[in-house]
Amino acid sequence: MSAPTPISTGHEGTVRDQFRSYIQRVRGGDMGSLPAILALVVLAALFASLSPYFLTTGNIANLFVQASELTVLACALVFVLLLAEIDLSAGVTAGSGMAVFQVLFGVLGWNWIVALLLALAAGAVIGAVIGFFVSRIGVPSFVVTLGLFLGLQGFMLLLLGDGGIYRLEQPELKAIMNSNMPVWAGWAMLAIAVFGSFGLGLSDRMRRTKVGLPTRPFIMLIFKVAAIAILGGLVVLLLSVNRGQALLAIEGVPIVIPIVLIILVVGTFVLDRTVFGRYIYAVGGNPEAARRAGIKVAQIRLYAFIICSTLAVVSGLLHASRIGSIESTAGRTIVLEGVAAAVVGGVSLFGGRGRLAYAAVGALVISIIDNGLGLIGLPAGANFLITGGVLVAAATIDALSRRRSGVSIMRT
Amino acid sequence: MGTPLIELTNVIKNFGPVDVLKGVNFTVEEGKVTALVGDNGAGKSTLIKGLSGVQPFDGGKVMFRGEEVNVRSPRQASAMGIEVVYQDLALCENLDIVQNMFLGREEKFGGTLDEAAMEFAAQKALQSLSVRTVKSVRQKVSSLSGGQRQTVAIARSVLRNAKMVILDEPTAALGVAQTEQVLNLVRRLADNGIAVLIISHNLADVFEVADNVSVLYLGQMVAHLKVKNTNRDEVVAYITGSKSMTGVA
Ligand SMILES: Nc1ncnc2c1ncn2[C@@H]1O[C@H](COP(=O)(O)OP(=O)(O)O)[C@@H](O)[C@H]1O
Ligand SMILES: [Mg+2]
Repeated sequence: MSAPTPISTGHEGTVRDQFRSYIQRVRGGDMGSLPAILALVVLAALFASLSPYFLTTGNIANLFVQASELTVLACALVFVLLLAEIDLSAGVTAGSGMAVFQVLFGVLGWNWIVALLLALAAGAVIGAVIGFFVSRIGVPSFVVTLGLFLGLQGFMLLLLGDGGIYRLEQPELKAIMNSNMPVWAGWAMLAIAVFGSFGLGLSDRMRRTKVGLPTRPFIMLIFKVAAIAILGGLVVLLLSVNRGQALLAIEGVPIVIPIVLIILVVGTFVLDRTVFGRYIYAVGGNPEAARRAGIKVAQIRLYAFIICSTLAVVSGLLHASRIGSIESTAGRTIVLEGVAAAVVGGVSLFGGRGRLAYAAVGALVISIIDNGLGLIGLPAGANFLITGGVLVAAATIDALSRRRSGVSIMRT
Repeated sequence: MGTPLIELTNVIKNFGPVDVLKGVNFTVEEGKVTALVGDNGAGKSTLIKGLSGVQPFDGGKVMFRGEEVNVRSPRQASAMGIEVVYQDLALCENLDIVQNMFLGREEKFGGTLDEAAMEFAAQKALQSLSVRTVKSVRQKVSSLSGGQRQTVAIARSVLRNAKMVILDEPTAALGVAQTEQVLNLVRRLADNGIAVLIISHNLADVFEVADNVSVLYLGQMVAHLKVKNTNRDEVVAYITGSKSMTGVA
């Protein structure tokens, strides 16, 4: 008997073969954030044609800053959505973290860094409480976090007082959303991203070669790095132009952008390249299979809720930085936009499918709708209607693509 | 003939007042496919749960390669080299074949997942079983057919260096062609020196793939037969209880 040809690893073949198998995966219902990216392009074109202000550098910078808050919240939610859970309290958790910060920093006069770390710790504690009820007791996360959604609003009112609004004075914190890096730093950031992704791609290839596995055509890595360089370069270029109206120059990449990128990169690394990340996907896909494989399912759930709530506080910080104040009513509605962003970006509500990058794309879509409708002067009501419609459309695509992969099982 | 991999002597299991296994004697040999048959409720599942440590036996002797062992947990069974492929397979559909095969036993390289090493090992394991039906080891399980999933679940046990693989009704949900594929795979497992224990309701499958067949009737082992020395009618007679001890009419 002749030796059987090895089973493919998906890395064989020419660029054309690779492209073809990608198309096949998309047809099979594995669309990722393709619909959201298309929506992004269509919306950008639409708003650009409707408002002359939409494509100005000032508005683009604005858009990114607005989207960053939502991106971080949506990323937080991805960790629990991947487990087919939900955290309806993420928005008020964000607000509660900042309320804790205000009490420690503003009232008690503690060092702002210590206060901030304790605010994040408060988020972690909230996550641990949710995780405890969900994973150890078995209360549905929908119910636990709905309870916390109300409870934490009370917590914030008690800490900050009815109608309490406090200025956020700390210059380092205000700068996050309201100041820009020097122009050179933006280019340095891009260089790190380009060389980093090239280096990672190279080291993955070397590892495969060493083990004796085929690698994708080298040109594909070049394409990928070039795409990052060109798209990233375009954004950095736009943000490096002086967008100030008056004498004072406003230029450079907003400080929040590298912060969001670091969260995206580190989070993606954890999800894609660590055992913990693998177990999150496994538990989200089939908890019983995960349990039988020896995975401590309850522990994974607990950690996911802790990560979600802690990251939520980061988004709370971004929000407070942008509006320059900490309020006792913050975060009540943003969680729905956060879920919408994740789902619109292609994160499945059924668990096991999604990436942080999808959440970022989804957050851009939601933010563009918000920003664009504001520019063309539609009333706020229209904004809610359209955003809600987009969420339902995205959830429909999610359900349909899930059904399609189910159907293909039955067909074979 | 050498020592069998597993030898059970007078094994007992009861659930409260109900005696489910009433002194079972049973052997499984390396490199052979042993079929375990019997009517519903005969105690087949209870027997494999005891072997795999899910529900330890209450009494009797279990010898593993000639040494007495006491299997108390699935982890322990797995460490000894006993792997079970359950009827529901327990695969994560959202993960690919490699990820499923290494689930819970991931290889690491500098603290992160060593995808390359796992991919290579999964490819080799499938190749050693002459699996040709899957297109790519990076295919998601959701895109696989029932037979292909069964293949992945079986190959996973090979990766774990199983000395004995227990299959609970592996062909129950499959069509004709896929049943054939899985039976071929079962045969190759044994040809690679693994002791295979297969539970099946389908006597056609049993006669196609097994070397030995043991019949459980109401918690007692009533026959150990060589497939080449028996026939369908005889096995059915033992299953239904119309024939009671080997050699006795
Ligand atoms: N956990 C249990 N508690 C009580 N009775 C059980 C339990 N598991 C199995 N049994 C009984 O043991 C007998 C044998 O069951 P089982 O091993 O599942 O048979 P088979 O797999 O051969 O159909 C049945 O009568 C069943 O009701
Ligand atoms: Mg059974």
